[in-house]
Amino acid sequence: MKLHGSLGEQERTARGIRVLTILGLLIIVVFIICMNTGYSKLTPFDVLKTLVGLGTPKQELILFDFRLPRIVIAMLVGAGLAVSGCIMQGVSRNALADPGILGINAGAGLVVMLVVAFYPSTSAAPVFMLPVLALIGASLTAMLIYGLAYSRTEGLSPTRLLLTGIGVAAGISAVMIILTLRISPEKYQFVATWLAGSIWGSNWKFVLALLPWIVVLLPYVFTKARVLNVLNLGEQTASGLGAPVERERLKLLAAAVGLAASCVAVSGAIGFVGLIGPHLARRLVGPKHQFLLPGAALTGALLMLVAEVTSRMILQPQEIPVGVVVAVIGAPYFLYLLSRSK
Amino acid sequence: MAGFNQSTNDGSGPSKETAHPPKLHTRPVTGMIVLVGGLFALLLGMGVSIAFGAKEIDLATVWQSIFSFDSSLTEHLVIMELRLPRVLGGVMVGASFAVAGAIMQGMTRNPLADSGLLGLNAGAAFMMALCFAFMPGMPFLFLIMYAFLGAALGAGIVFGIGSLARGGLTPVRLVLAGAAVSALLAALTDGISLYFQIGQDLAYFYAGGLSGTKWLHLKIMIPWALAAIVAALIMSRSLTLLSLGDEVASGLGQRTGVTKIVCSIIVLILAGSSVAVVGAVGFVGLIIPHLARYLVGVDYRWIIPCSAVLGGLLVVLSDLAARIINPPYEMPIGAIIAVLGVPFFLYLARRERREL
Repeated sequence: MKLHGSLGEQERTARGIRVLTILGLLIIVVFIICMNTGYSKLTPFDVLKTLVGLGTPKQELILFDFRLPRIVIAMLVGAGLAVSGCIMQGVSRNALADPGILGINAGAGLVVMLVVAFYPSTSAAPVFMLPVLALIGASLTAMLIYGLAYSRTEGLSPTRLLLTGIGVAAGISAVMIILTLRISPEKYQFVATWLAGSIWGSNWKFVLALLPWIVVLLPYVFTKARVLNVLNLGEQTASGLGAPVERERLKLLAAAVGLAASCVAVSGAIGFVGLIGPHLARRLVGPKHQFLLPGAALTGALLMLVAEVTSRMILQPQEIPVGVVVAVIGAPYFLYLLSRSK
Repeated sequence: MAGFNQSTNDGSGPSKETAHPPKLHTRPVTGMIVLVGGLFALLLGMGVSIAFGAKEIDLATVWQSIFSFDSSLTEHLVIMELRLPRVLGGVMVGASFAVAGAIMQGMTRNPLADSGLLGLNAGAAFMMALCFAFMPGMPFLFLIMYAFLGAALGAGIVFGIGSLARGGLTPVRLVLAGAAVSALLAALTDGISLYFQIGQDLAYFYAGGLSGTKWLHLKIMIPWALAAIVAALIMSRSLTLLSLGDEVASGLGQRTGVTKIVCSIIVLILAGSSVAVVGAVGFVGLIIPHLARYLVGVDYRWIIPCSAVLGGLLVVLSDLAARIINPPYEMPIGAIIAVLGVPFFLYLARRERREL
């Protein structure tokens, strides 16, 4: 794909690398702040001491068993959702696409909720199953939405995709409400927190359940960056350039659904990260997916970390769910994008 | 008449020779049948709904308890204190949501308009959560006012954002803005309810429950709702013209600005007061006006009364279904109506050809 002059290409590459490095550094800074914030005070020095193994048992417990897993999950979820959103925006050529808005999170959520509601206890067994179950729910929902929005004569209209997503999400949440009232109060509290998007799986088991998905799917998607670039040119141009459009689109969408589902299974219904992450990244590194995808991953991780810190600081000693913080930042941004759209 | 002749779109096509209101595609006879039949069905539905419950009561007793009340009989007390307010609440709420939806669809010429989809219900629910959290025990009289304010807040943001966009208020853009604003307000409501631990109080509220309806609520809600529905009937002629497009309406000498403001206030009162009684029930305002329009044509003088009757009927029947499906549990009525409404929304969305 030598469409640009080589000089511009080089400049862009340099700029991309610079931005990605800065984002990485910022993540490290927020990561450290995040380890310092919380109910019990730990100074940065304490954190450092504990990390190299010189802390008190209590500090170690707080840091390694309570805070670190949550922070790691927040980062992974942010990266996963942002890349998922980036793929959806690229494939559907729709600036407003996001796994939450398209109803895929709702599908994953429904299945997770069914399991939680009807499995005898919330013990260890289903943890590793959750991403798989969520994936089933998300895939079914994605197929349903795709099928409903697809028309033989007009192809896949972005508008209809969004409207269908909103409708299906509304239907699923109705079913979830029906289920909510059938379950016991303790489980209700759990489900309510899940729906509000709280990182509830705050121990290493959940990190382990999520990690393989991210580790496999992110690099796979990164290798597909060039395909995304071509798809972004439009269906006809892409086929003209020799890309097997339909097959590549399905593969990429499957990866996007997998990422979104595994993240949502662990983090709860967090919307808008998949929307904002790619948009911010596009402003920073431009539209080429070789940089856009890693950029989105880093921006998403950074966003989730900031939201995580905010959710712990804002109403101390109470915590508000991260999903609430993300929605409060994300929804206005969506509205802003909407008001700019033609 | 300059503006009138410029009118182009809309399949219902105003005739161009006369200075009279354009000839509309209406079916007054069908309208009468729908109104009378609907009212009859509504009364029957109300009777059955009152009779059905944990304690079976026959229709004759229902009749007696209403027209010759005897406070020494438990059946009569059950009917007067629990079941009648519930059914009346259902009728009022259904009529209000449906009329609000009809007005919104006519005013914005948007087939996807509904108080639930455009952020009004979420706004009202958000305001109620604020009231529960910061002013617990607030009398219902004031609560309902805050619900109006909340509905206005939600609608204001949605329409504000929608009209900021280049290209103006398209149906799709309004629905998207409505979804985002609802998500935002719902997130804030969630945050508040988790923080103040009023989730249990609010959960039923979102789902839409009629079971908590009391005379106290109805005494405050019914005057507002009735006044707004009567006002909607008075405005219905202007609304018909408005639904043909701003140019047609102003060409026929209508002050469109005034009409729009009055109609908006009516919608806010209807949506706000209904949400205050039953919670954020969506889709009634989407389905019913379409059904009414399909039955009686495009004249809002018929659409609005028919919507009111059919909306009441839908909610009363859904409430009955909510209790029948899985006794002794009650299904949340909002969820039942959403299960009906979502396929309908998807059908409309599929027909919507206009792009963003």
